[in-house]
Amino acid sequence: MKGNEAFAEAAIRAGADGYFGYPITPQSEVMEYLMAEKPEERTGMVVLQAESEVAAINMVYGGAACGKRVLTSSSSPGISLKQEGISYIAGAELPCVILNVVRGGPGLGTIQPSQSDYFQSTKGGGHGDYRMIVLAPSSVQEMADFAGLGFDLAFKYRNPVLVLSDGAIGQMMEKVELEEQRPRFTEEEIIQNTPWATTGKPKTRERNIITSLDLDSGRQELHNIALQAKYKEIEKNETRYEAIQCDDADYLIVAYGTSARLSQKAIDILRAEGIKVGLLRPITLFPFPTEIISKLAGQVKGILTVEMSAGQMIEDVRLAVGCKVKVEHFGRMGGIIPSPTEVVEAMHKKIIGG
Amino acid sequence: MTKEEIRQPENLIYKKTDLMTDNTLSYCPGCGHGTAHRIVMEVLEEMGIQDKTIGIAPVGCSVLAYDFMNIDMQQAAHGRAPAVATAVKRLHPEKFVFTYQGDGDLAAIGTAETIHACNRGENIVIIFINNGIYGMTGGQMAPTTLPGMKSSTSPYGRDVHSMGNPLKITELIAQLPGTIYVTRQAVHTPGNVRKTKKAIRKAFENQKLNKGLSFVEIVSNCNSGWKMTPVKANEWMVENMFPFYPLGDIKVNED
Repeated sequence: MKGNEAFAEAAIRAGADGYFGYPITPQSEVMEYLMAEKPEERTGMVVLQAESEVAAINMVYGGAACGKRVLTSSSSPGISLKQEGISYIAGAELPCVILNVVRGGPGLGTIQPSQSDYFQSTKGGGHGDYRMIVLAPSSVQEMADFAGLGFDLAFKYRNPVLVLSDGAIGQMMEKVELEEQRPRFTEEEIIQNTPWATTGKPKTRERNIITSLDLDSGRQELHNIALQAKYKEIEKNETRYEAIQCDDADYLIVAYGTSARLSQKAIDILRAEGIKVGLLRPITLFPFPTEIISKLAGQVKGILTVEMSAGQMIEDVRLAVGCKVKVEHFGRMGGIIPSPTEVVEAMHKKIIGG
Repeated sequence: MTKEEIRQPENLIYKKTDLMTDNTLSYCPGCGHGTAHRIVMEVLEEMGIQDKTIGIAPVGCSVLAYDFMNIDMQQAAHGRAPAVATAVKRLHPEKFVFTYQGDGDLAAIGTAETIHACNRGENIVIIFINNGIYGMTGGQMAPTTLPGMKSSTSPYGRDVHSMGNPLKITELIAQLPGTIYVTRQAVHTPGNVRKTKKAIRKAFENQKLNKGLSFVEIVSNCNSGWKMTPVKANEWMVENMFPFYPLGDIKVNED
């Protein structure tokens, strides 16, 4: 299956109640697949093409506020439009899954893959102090896996979860193993699991209000403090990464998603040359795997970050490393995927010989 | 007779609906929002659908509607209430869903969401309070500000050549096949309150019958923004707003 299709099928199987989106390359297959599958007949899931990305994310807000499992997908310029709604969703502490199949920017840019939305994804994007849980798939299998995982994490923390993919993973075809169909929550289960949701006020409880507004600055600060405490909790519990050939590594590459895949090839070449290089692949970009990178920084002689951007994640790597070892960046921009040999060259030039 | 003796149940001819909370309204004295809130809640109470209704509050003066309406409510981003309501209704087809929006919210920043929700014929109710001005932010020009009308951003009066014409959004959306019932009402006299309540009742009955989108505009005053006393504001509204925004049903589709 294509990455985009795998995500769509996995979302149905994760018991999603609703998808609200707007077409944009290179992720339109998500909605196309969902529409073709007629999930309304399969599971009762609602799929709606909105008039804009702005409307789509606000539909997600409305659905999430009802305690439903709702999701949307888009690509870079569309995700920029969704930032207003994402900030409201984070402020109102609503669970949802958002897929960004990143393309090269800024502006309308190109439809080819890029990783230049890292800052936007991990540092906010919309207004206010908030964080999303950011999952970075590097395979079609993970595109599928992260739909269900995304819902689990979103509901555990009442927080938006962003799956940060790119045009390469969205468009590539690989074999994929899919989860069994999970049942959608019944109305009774929603009332029980999400007692805060707007499901219609019975006489037996107070009214439920979903809002991100509190005009009282004192209470607004308390809300912010509570949000930050939640993000700390997420950092403690949900940091995910993959450490490949790191045990004996003299050098380290830190890369996620597509960059991690091609870096793995570069590491094979470097190891054939007798240079011991390991790969640390963050799976969650927020929370960032700071601790393991800090630990590995005490072991290796240099670190190269490989990103299809001007170097955005490198800032988090440098924060993790401190001044322990040299950290350099290699990447291509504008929708160009670096070749493994370019990574090998960069490793020699910037780290080993640099 | 003392006040306590007068306030006996048998003497009551009218009381506040339980669907309005006891919170003190945050609106300016003389504003129409309080009355509009009350009659929406009275309709829900009379239809017995409090436990099946989800309201969407806007950005603007009525952003705190959920402080006064004793039902489950969501606050939406500026102008986005029709999109939010779309999802709520699609995911809860058996529930009653309404938005409550002002002119800046519905006819400026939310024009796209309004038109498309209406055009899709979402089975919801939209209550639109039109006072021709941005009340909450201090009386700036709205899409519905009348030609020549003064506001803080049209201090010499709205010049239609440079500032554009007032937008008759209600007439505009009445043309869309998705809308089933489009009406313009007011709440400045007891007679008009009764008519508006009837219109709101009809709108929710339409939703009950899965007929499509009902749109109730309520032309109202903004005595603070218009810089008039409440009585003068109502007189000005009758003299100036009603000729441009005539009251009455614009579209009634009985099919």
